[in-house]
Amino acid sequence: MSEAAANSSGGGTVEYIQHHLTNLCVGSGCETGGFMSWHIDTIVISALLGALIVFTGMRVTRNMATDVPGGFQNFVESILEFVQGSVKDSFPGENKLIAPLALTIFVWVWLMNFMDLIPVDLLPLIAGWFGIHYLKAVPTTDLNTTLAMALTVFILTIFYNIKVKGLGGYLKMFLFHPFGKFAVPANIVMTAIEEVAKPLSLGLRLFGNMFAGELVFMLIALLGGAAAIGAGLLIWFPLQVVLDVAWLIFHILVITLQAFIFMVLTIVYLGMAHTTDH
Amino acid sequence: MNITITLFAQMIAFIALVWLVNRYMWAPLSAMMEARQKRIADGLAAAEKGQHEQQLAEKRAKETLVEAKNQSSEIIAQAQKRASEMVEEAKGNARVEGERILNGAKAEIDREVNQAREALRAQVADVAMAAAGKVIKREINADAHSDLLNDLAKQI
Repeated sequence: MSEAAANSSGGGTVEYIQHHLTNLCVGSGCETGGFMSWHIDTIVISALLGALIVFTGMRVTRNMATDVPGGFQNFVESILEFVQGSVKDSFPGENKLIAPLALTIFVWVWLMNFMDLIPVDLLPLIAGWFGIHYLKAVPTTDLNTTLAMALTVFILTIFYNIKVKGLGGYLKMFLFHPFGKFAVPANIVMTAIEEVAKPLSLGLRLFGNMFAGELVFMLIALLGGAAAIGAGLLIWFPLQVVLDVAWLIFHILVITLQAFIFMVLTIVYLGMAHTTDH
Repeated sequence: MNITITLFAQMIAFIALVWLVNRYMWAPLSAMMEARQKRIADGLAAAEKGQHEQQLAEKRAKETLVEAKNQSSEIIAQAQKRASEMVEEAKGNARVEGERILNGAKAEIDREVNQAREALRAQVADVAMAAAGKVIKREINADAHSDLLNDLAKQI
Protein backbone atom coordinates (compact mmCIF):
# COMPACT_ATOMS: atom_id res chain seq x y z
CA MET A 1 0.00 0.00 0.00
CA SER A 2 2.58 2.48 1.11
CA GLU A 3 4.85 1.53 -1.75
CA ALA A 4 2.36 2.51 -4.40
CA ALA A 5 1.53 5.58 -2.44
CA ALA A 6 5.16 6.49 -2.25
CA ASN A 7 5.53 6.05 -5.98
CA SER A 8 2.66 8.30 -6.81
CA SER A 9 3.35 10.82 -4.11
CA GLY A 10 5.85 12.38 -6.45
CA GLY A 11 2.92 13.35 -8.62
CA GLY A 12 1.02 14.63 -5.64
CA THR A 13 -1.65 13.22 -3.43
CA VAL A 14 -4.43 14.77 -5.50
CA GLU A 15 -3.34 12.85 -8.53
CA TYR A 16 -3.12 9.65 -6.52
CA ILE A 17 -6.66 10.01 -5.27
CA GLN A 18 -8.02 11.05 -8.63
CA HIS A 19 -6.32 8.11 -10.23
CA HIS A 20 -8.00 5.81 -7.78
CA LEU A 21 -11.38 7.37 -8.33
CA THR A 22 -11.33 6.99 -12.09
CA ASN A 23 -13.26 4.13 -13.52
CA LEU A 24 -11.94 1.86 -16.21
CA CYS A 25 -13.96 3.41 -18.96
CA VAL A 26 -14.84 2.36 -22.48
CA GLY A 27 -16.95 4.44 -24.82
CA SER A 28 -17.15 7.70 -26.66
CA GLY A 29 -18.08 9.75 -23.62
CA CYS A 30 -15.13 8.80 -21.48
CA GLU A 31 -12.90 11.80 -22.18
CA THR A 32 -15.61 14.38 -22.07
CA GLY A 33 -17.65 12.90 -19.25
CA GLY A 34 -20.44 12.18 -21.71
CA PHE A 35 -23.26 9.70 -21.39
CA MET A 36 -21.92 6.91 -23.58
CA SER A 37 -19.23 5.60 -21.27
CA TRP A 38 -19.22 2.09 -19.94
CA HIS A 39 -17.60 1.67 -16.54
CA ILE A 40 -16.15 -1.74 -17.20
CA ASP A 41 -14.70 -2.23 -13.70
CA THR A 42 -18.03 -1.48 -12.03
CA ILE A 43 -19.96 -3.74 -14.36
CA VAL A 44 -17.52 -6.65 -14.28
CA ILE A 45 -16.92 -6.67 -10.54
CA SER A 46 -20.59 -6.34 -9.64
CA ALA A 47 -21.47 -9.04 -12.16
CA LEU A 48 -18.80 -11.32 -10.71
CA LEU A 49 -20.14 -10.76 -7.21
CA GLY A 50 -23.67 -11.43 -8.45
CA ALA A 51 -22.45 -14.63 -10.07
CA LEU A 52 -20.85 -15.58 -6.77
CA ILE A 53 -24.22 -15.23 -5.05
CA VAL A 54 -26.00 -17.33 -7.67
CA PHE A 55 -23.24 -19.92 -7.63
CA THR A 56 -23.44 -20.13 -3.84
CA GLY A 57 -27.20 -20.51 -4.06
CA MET A 58 -26.88 -23.31 -6.59
CA ARG A 59 -24.25 -25.08 -4.56
CA VAL A 60 -26.24 -24.90 -1.35
CA THR A 61 -29.52 -25.96 -2.91
CA ARG A 62 -28.02 -28.79 -4.95
CA ASN A 63 -27.30 -30.93 -1.92
CA MET A 64 -29.29 -29.32 0.82
CA ALA A 65 -30.38 -31.30 3.82
CA THR A 66 -33.89 -30.86 5.14
CA ASP A 67 -33.25 -32.49 8.47
CA VAL A 68 -29.76 -31.63 9.64
CA PRO A 69 -28.27 -28.70 7.73
CA GLY A 70 -24.50 -28.53 7.59
CA GLY A 71 -22.31 -25.60 8.48
CA PHE A 72 -22.46 -23.61 5.27
CA GLN A 73 -26.12 -24.30 4.70
CA ASN A 74 -26.76 -23.05 8.22
CA PHE A 75 -24.96 -19.84 7.40
CA VAL A 76 -26.99 -19.27 4.23
CA GLU A 77 -30.18 -20.18 6.04
CA SER A 78 -29.48 -17.72 8.82
CA ILE A 79 -29.05 -14.92 6.26
CA LEU A 80 -32.29 -16.01 4.63
CA GLU A 81 -34.09 -16.02 7.94
CA PHE A 82 -32.69 -12.61 8.82
CA VAL A 83 -34.00 -11.16 5.56
CA GLN A 84 -37.30 -12.98 5.98
CA GLY A 85 -37.64 -11.52 9.48
CA SER A 86 -36.96 -8.02 8.20
CA VAL A 87 -39.57 -8.43 5.49
CA LYS A 88 -42.10 -9.77 7.96
CA ASP A 89 -41.44 -6.89 10.33
CA SER A 90 -41.83 -4.04 7.90
CA PHE A 91 -43.86 -5.31 4.96
CA PRO A 92 -47.60 -5.39 5.55
CA GLY A 93 -48.91 -7.18 2.47
CA GLU A 94 -48.22 -10.41 0.68
CA ASN A 95 -45.83 -10.23 -2.23
CA LYS A 96 -43.59 -13.00 -3.44
CA LEU A 97 -41.14 -10.57 -5.02
CA ILE A 98 -40.22 -8.64 -1.89
CA ALA A 99 -38.21 -11.28 -0.06
CA PRO A 100 -35.94 -12.31 -2.98
CA LEU A 101 -35.51 -8.63 -3.83
CA ALA A 102 -34.52 -7.80 -0.27
CA LEU A 103 -32.18 -10.79 -0.12
CA THR A 104 -30.52 -9.80 -3.38
CA ILE A 105 -30.07 -6.21 -2.25
CA PHE A 106 -28.67 -7.16 1.13
CA VAL A 107 -26.20 -9.75 -0.07
CA TRP A 108 -25.18 -8.00 -3.27
CA VAL A 109 -24.72 -4.60 -1.67
CA TRP A 110 -22.82 -6.17 1.19
CA LEU A 111 -20.48 -8.00 -1.17
CA MET A 112 -19.92 -4.88 -3.29
CA ASN A 113 -19.26 -2.87 -0.15
CA PHE A 114 -16.93 -5.58 1.01
CA MET A 115 -14.61 -4.80 -1.89
CA ASP A 116 -13.85 -1.68 0.11
CA LEU A 117 -12.08 -3.77 2.74
CA ILE A 118 -9.56 -5.10 0.26
CA PRO A 119 -6.46 -2.90 0.49
CA VAL A 120 -7.04 0.09 -1.80
CA ASP A 121 -3.93 -0.42 -3.88
CA LEU A 122 -3.98 -4.19 -4.14
CA LEU A 123 -6.52 -4.70 -6.92
CA PRO A 124 -5.30 -1.73 -9.03
CA LEU A 125 -1.76 -3.06 -8.63
CA ILE A 126 -2.76 -6.53 -9.84
CA ALA A 127 -4.77 -5.00 -12.65
CA GLY A 128 -1.74 -2.91 -13.54
CA TRP A 129 0.28 -6.07 -14.18
CA PHE A 130 -2.28 -6.98 -16.85
CA GLY A 131 -2.10 -3.56 -18.44
CA ILE A 132 -5.23 -2.11 -16.88
CA HIS A 133 -4.32 1.26 -15.51
CA TYR A 134 -7.55 2.41 -14.01
CA LEU A 135 -9.57 0.31 -11.59
CA LYS A 136 -12.16 1.39 -9.11
CA ALA A 137 -12.71 -1.83 -7.24
CA VAL A 138 -15.81 -0.95 -5.22
CA PRO A 139 -18.91 -0.91 -7.43
CA THR A 140 -20.93 0.94 -4.79
CA THR A 141 -18.55 3.90 -4.99
CA ASP A 142 -19.86 4.32 -8.49
CA LEU A 143 -23.03 6.40 -8.43
CA ASN A 144 -24.34 4.40 -11.37
CA THR A 145 -24.61 1.22 -9.34
CA THR A 146 -26.39 2.68 -6.33
CA LEU A 147 -28.73 4.79 -8.43
CA ALA A 148 -29.46 1.80 -10.66
CA MET A 149 -30.74 -0.15 -7.68
CA ALA A 150 -32.54 2.87 -6.26
CA LEU A 151 -34.21 3.55 -9.61
CA THR A 152 -35.28 -0.06 -9.98
CA VAL A 153 -36.82 0.11 -6.53
CA PHE A 154 -38.44 3.43 -7.48
CA ILE A 155 -39.96 1.93 -10.62
CA LEU A 156 -41.24 -1.01 -8.58
CA THR A 157 -42.71 1.43 -6.05
CA ILE A 158 -44.61 3.29 -8.77
CA PHE A 159 -45.72 0.01 -10.33
CA TYR A 160 -47.12 -1.35 -7.07
CA ASN A 161 -48.62 2.02 -6.11
CA ILE A 162 -50.63 1.97 -9.31
CA LYS A 163 -51.37 -1.73 -9.04
CA VAL A 164 -52.62 -1.58 -5.45
CA LYS A 165 -54.22 1.86 -5.31
CA GLY A 166 -55.18 2.12 -8.94
CA LEU A 167 -54.02 4.94 -11.18
CA GLY A 168 -56.70 7.24 -9.75
CA GLY A 169 -55.74 6.41 -6.20
CA TYR A 170 -52.09 7.09 -6.93
CA LEU A 171 -52.86 10.46 -8.54
CA LYS A 172 -55.16 11.31 -5.64
CA MET A 173 -52.21 10.79 -3.33
CA PHE A 174 -50.39 13.51 -5.25
CA LEU A 175 -53.39 15.82 -5.15
CA PHE A 176 -54.62 15.53 -1.58
CA HIS A 177 -51.55 14.64 0.39
CA PRO A 178 -50.28 15.95 2.80
CA PHE A 179 -52.35 19.17 3.19
CA GLY A 180 -55.85 18.07 2.22
CA LYS A 181 -57.96 19.19 -0.72
CA PHE A 182 -57.59 22.96 -0.28
CA ALA A 183 -53.92 23.07 -1.15
CA VAL A 184 -53.73 20.98 -4.28
CA PRO A 185 -50.78 22.75 -5.97
CA ALA A 186 -48.71 22.60 -2.82
CA ASN A 187 -49.67 18.98 -2.40
CA ILE A 188 -48.45 18.08 -5.86
CA VAL A 189 -45.09 19.73 -5.26
CA MET A 190 -44.68 18.25 -1.80
CA THR A 191 -45.60 14.71 -2.77
CA ALA A 192 -43.47 14.85 -5.91
CA ILE A 193 -40.47 15.96 -3.86
CA GLU A 194 -41.18 13.28 -1.29
CA GLU A 195 -41.44 10.57 -3.91
CA VAL A 196 -38.35 11.64 -5.82
CA ALA A 197 -36.38 12.05 -2.62
CA LYS A 198 -36.90 8.39 -1.81
CA PRO A 199 -34.78 6.83 -4.58
CA LEU A 200 -32.34 9.72 -4.56
CA SER A 201 -31.65 9.44 -0.85
CA LEU A 202 -31.54 5.67 -1.16
CA GLY A 203 -28.88 5.74 -3.87
CA LEU A 204 -26.94 8.73 -2.63
CA ARG A 205 -26.73 7.49 0.95
CA LEU A 206 -25.04 4.27 -0.06
CA PHE A 207 -22.85 6.01 -2.59
CA GLY A 208 -21.83 8.72 -0.14
CA ASN A 209 -20.97 6.33 2.63
CA MET A 210 -18.93 4.05 0.44
CA PHE A 211 -17.23 6.88 -1.39
CA ALA A 212 -16.25 8.57 1.84
CA GLY A 213 -15.06 5.28 3.30
CA GLU A 214 -12.93 4.59 0.26
CA LEU A 215 -11.53 8.10 0.44
CA VAL A 216 -10.55 7.66 4.07
CA PHE A 217 -8.79 4.41 3.18
CA MET A 218 -6.86 6.30 0.50
CA LEU A 219 -5.91 9.10 2.88
CA ILE A 220 -4.69 6.54 5.38
CA ALA A 221 -2.74 4.84 2.62
CA LEU A 222 -1.17 8.20 1.80
CA LEU A 223 0.19 8.69 5.33
CA GLY A 224 3.20 6.47 4.90
CA GLY A 225 3.78 7.73 1.39
CA ALA A 226 3.66 11.39 2.35
CA ALA A 227 6.57 10.91 4.70
CA ALA A 228 8.52 9.37 1.83
CA ILE A 229 11.86 7.95 2.85
CA GLY A 230 13.39 9.19 6.04
CA ALA A 231 13.09 9.17 9.78
CA GLY A 232 9.45 10.27 9.49
CA LEU A 233 8.55 6.87 8.09
CA LEU A 234 9.23 5.34 11.51
CA ILE A 235 6.38 7.39 12.93
CA TRP A 236 4.04 7.51 9.96
CA PHE A 237 4.15 3.91 8.91
CA PRO A 238 3.01 2.43 12.28
CA LEU A 239 0.40 5.17 12.49
CA GLN A 240 -0.85 4.20 9.06
CA VAL A 241 -1.14 0.55 10.06
CA VAL A 242 -2.99 1.36 13.28
CA LEU A 243 -5.38 3.75 11.56
CA ASP A 244 -5.94 1.34 8.73
CA VAL A 245 -6.88 -1.48 11.08
CA ALA A 246 -9.14 0.79 13.14
CA TRP A 247 -10.95 2.13 10.08
CA LEU A 248 -11.16 -1.40 8.65
CA ILE A 249 -12.89 -2.70 11.75
CA PHE A 250 -15.21 0.28 11.84
CA HIS A 251 -15.89 -0.12 8.15
CA ILE A 252 -17.04 -3.72 8.55
CA LEU A 253 -19.85 -2.24 10.63
CA VAL A 254 -20.51 0.48 8.05
CA ILE A 255 -20.79 -1.81 5.05
CA THR A 256 -23.16 -4.14 6.87
CA LEU A 257 -25.21 -1.25 8.16
CA GLN A 258 -25.46 0.36 4.74
CA ALA A 259 -26.51 -2.90 3.10
CA PHE A 260 -29.09 -3.39 5.84
CA ILE A 261 -30.41 0.18 5.52
CA PHE A 262 -30.75 -0.16 1.76
CA MET A 263 -32.66 -3.40 2.21
CA VAL A 264 -34.96 -2.15 4.95
CA LEU A 265 -35.77 1.10 3.13
CA THR A 266 -36.57 -0.87 0.00
CA ILE A 267 -38.96 -3.02 2.00
CA VAL A 268 -40.49 0.02 3.67
CA TYR A 269 -40.98 1.94 0.41
CA LEU A 270 -42.58 -1.04 -1.26
CA GLY A 271 -44.65 -1.63 1.86
CA MET A 272 -45.90 1.96 1.65
CA ALA A 273 -46.83 1.32 -1.95
CA HIS A 274 -48.91 -1.64 -0.81
CA THR A 275 -50.94 0.18 1.82
CA THR A 276 -54.04 1.73 0.34
CA ASP A 277 -54.71 3.94 3.33
CA HIS A 278 -51.94 6.43 2.91
CA MET B 1 -18.86 9.98 -11.00
CA ASN B 2 -21.09 10.86 -13.89
CA ILE B 3 -24.37 9.21 -14.65
CA THR B 4 -23.66 7.19 -17.74
CA ILE B 5 -24.93 4.24 -19.72
CA THR B 6 -23.47 2.15 -16.91
CA LEU B 7 -26.56 3.06 -14.90
CA PHE B 8 -28.76 1.10 -17.28
CA ALA B 9 -26.29 -1.74 -17.48
CA GLN B 10 -26.38 -1.96 -13.70
CA MET B 11 -30.18 -1.81 -13.65
CA ILE B 12 -30.37 -4.73 -16.05
CA ALA B 13 -27.75 -6.59 -14.01
CA PHE B 14 -29.71 -5.91 -10.84
CA ILE B 15 -33.01 -7.13 -12.27
CA ALA B 16 -31.34 -10.22 -13.71
CA LEU B 17 -29.69 -10.91 -10.38
CA VAL B 18 -32.97 -10.61 -8.49
CA TRP B 19 -34.49 -13.12 -10.88
CA LEU B 20 -31.51 -15.47 -10.58
CA VAL B 21 -31.40 -15.23 -6.80
CA ASN B 22 -35.08 -16.00 -6.65
CA ARG B 23 -34.72 -18.91 -9.06
CA TYR B 24 -31.60 -20.54 -7.62
CA MET B 25 -31.47 -19.51 -3.97
CA TRP B 26 -34.61 -18.08 -2.47
CA ALA B 27 -37.28 -20.32 -3.95
CA PRO B 28 -35.68 -23.73 -3.27
CA LEU B 29 -34.29 -22.77 0.10
CA SER B 30 -37.44 -21.18 1.43
CA ALA B 31 -39.52 -24.09 0.13
CA MET B 32 -37.19 -26.49 1.91
CA MET B 33 -37.31 -24.44 5.10
CA GLU B 34 -41.08 -24.34 4.97
CA ALA B 35 -41.16 -28.11 4.51
CA ARG B 36 -38.86 -28.45 7.50
CA GLN B 37 -41.07 -26.18 9.58
CA LYS B 38 -44.04 -28.32 8.70
CA ARG B 39 -42.15 -31.48 9.57
CA ILE B 40 -41.14 -30.11 12.94
CA ALA B 41 -44.68 -29.00 13.67
CA ASP B 42 -45.98 -32.42 12.66
CA GLY B 43 -43.39 -34.12 14.82
CA LEU B 44 -44.31 -32.02 17.84
CA ALA B 45 -47.99 -32.71 17.30
CA ALA B 46 -47.28 -36.43 17.03
CA ALA B 47 -45.20 -36.32 20.20
CA GLU B 48 -47.99 -34.58 22.05
CA LYS B 49 -50.50 -37.10 20.77
CA GLY B 50 -48.21 -39.93 21.86
CA GLN B 51 -47.87 -38.43 25.30
CA HIS B 52 -51.61 -38.11 25.61
CA GLU B 53 -52.05 -41.70 24.52
CA GLN B 54 -49.46 -42.82 27.01
CA GLN B 55 -51.32 -41.06 29.78
CA LEU B 56 -54.50 -42.76 28.72
CA ALA B 57 -52.75 -46.13 28.65
CA GLU B 58 -51.31 -45.54 32.10
CA LYS B 59 -54.72 -44.71 33.42
CA ARG B 60 -56.17 -47.80 31.81
CA ALA B 61 -53.37 -49.94 33.23
CA LYS B 62 -54.05 -48.58 36.68
CA GLU B 63 -57.73 -49.37 36.36
CA THR B 64 -56.97 -52.87 35.16
CA LEU B 65 -54.60 -53.39 38.05
CA VAL B 66 -57.19 -52.30 40.60
CA GLU B 67 -59.77 -54.54 38.98
CA ALA B 68 -57.38 -57.47 39.02
CA LYS B 69 -56.62 -56.90 42.69
CA ASN B 70 -60.29 -56.82 43.54
CA GLN B 71 -60.92 -59.92 41.55
CA SER B 72 -58.05 -61.79 43.12
CA SER B 73 -59.11 -60.93 46.64
CA GLU B 74 -62.60 -62.05 45.77
CA ILE B 75 -61.23 -65.30 44.45
CA ILE B 76 -59.14 -65.80 47.56
CA ALA B 77 -62.15 -65.16 49.79
CA GLN B 78 -64.21 -67.61 47.81
CA ALA B 79 -61.46 -70.20 48.00
CA GLN B 80 -61.18 -69.77 51.75
CA LYS B 81 -64.89 -70.14 52.11
CA ARG B 82 -64.86 -73.22 49.95
CA ALA B 83 -61.95 -74.67 51.92
CA SER B 84 -63.72 -74.23 55.24
CA GLU B 85 -66.83 -75.69 53.70
CA MET B 86 -64.86 -78.68 52.54
CA VAL B 87 -63.35 -79.10 55.96
CA GLU B 88 -66.80 -78.98 57.53
CA GLU B 89 -68.12 -81.46 55.01
CA ALA B 90 -65.19 -83.77 55.61
CA LYS B 91 -65.76 -83.51 59.34
CA GLY B 92 -69.42 -84.41 58.94
CA ASN B 93 -68.58 -87.31 56.70
CA ALA B 94 -66.02 -88.57 59.13
CA ARG B 95 -68.46 -88.38 61.98
CA VAL B 96 -71.11 -90.26 60.03
CA GLU B 97 -68.60 -92.87 58.95
CA GLY B 98 -67.31 -93.25 62.46
CA GLU B 99 -70.79 -93.76 63.78
CA ARG B 100 -71.49 -96.25 61.04
CA ILE B 101 -68.33 -98.19 61.90
CA LEU B 102 -69.12 -97.98 65.58
CA ASN B 103 -72.64 -99.24 64.99
CA GLY B 104 -71.33 -102.07 62.83
CA ALA B 105 -68.89 -103.01 65.52
CA LYS B 106 -71.59 -102.89 68.15
CA ALA B 107 -73.88 -105.07 66.06
CA GLU B 108 -71.05 -107.53 65.51
CA ILE B 109 -70.37 -107.62 69.19
CA ASP B 110 -74.04 -108.26 69.91
CA ARG B 111 -74.16 -110.99 67.35
CA GLU B 112 -71.04 -112.59 68.74
CA VAL B 113 -72.41 -112.34 72.23
CA ASN B 114 -75.67 -113.97 71.17
CA GLN B 115 -73.82 -116.67 69.34
CA ALA B 116 -71.68 -117.32 72.34
CA ARG B 117 -74.80 -117.29 74.50
CA GLU B 118 -76.50 -119.82 72.23
CA ALA B 119 -73.44 -122.00 72.21
CA LEU B 120 -73.18 -121.72 75.94
CA ARG B 121 -76.85 -122.43 76.33
CA ALA B 122 -76.47 -125.57 74.24
CA GLN B 123 -73.52 -126.75 76.26
CA VAL B 124 -74.80 -125.72 79.71
CA ALA B 125 -77.48 -128.44 79.80
CA ASP B 126 -74.94 -131.11 78.98
CA VAL B 127 -72.44 -129.79 81.53
CA ALA B 128 -75.13 -129.47 84.18
CA MET B 129 -76.34 -132.85 83.34
CA ALA B 130 -72.86 -134.29 83.60
CA ALA B 131 -72.19 -132.52 86.84
CA ALA B 132 -75.52 -133.38 88.31
CA GLY B 133 -75.24 -136.92 87.06
CA LYS B 134 -71.93 -137.25 88.79
CA VAL B 135 -73.33 -135.81 92.04
CA ILE B 136 -76.58 -137.58 92.12
CA LYS B 137 -75.79 -140.46 89.87
CA ARG B 138 -78.40 -142.61 90.97
CA GLU B 139 -81.20 -140.53 92.16
CA ILE B 140 -81.73 -138.46 89.10
CA ASN B 141 -82.82 -139.89 85.83
CA ALA B 142 -81.95 -137.86 82.88
CA ASP B 143 -85.15 -138.63 81.17
CA ALA B 144 -87.33 -137.92 84.18
CA HIS B 145 -85.80 -134.52 84.86
CA SER B 146 -85.12 -133.36 81.37
CA ASP B 147 -87.93 -130.80 81.55
CA LEU B 148 -86.41 -129.22 84.59
CA LEU B 149 -82.99 -129.11 83.06
CA ASN B 150 -84.22 -127.55 79.88
CA ASP B 151 -85.98 -124.80 81.87
CA LEU B 152 -82.76 -124.17 83.67
CA ALA B 153 -80.81 -123.99 80.50
CA LYS B 154 -83.26 -121.45 79.07
CA GLN B 155 -82.89 -119.23 82.02
CA ILE B 156 -79.22 -118.83 81.54
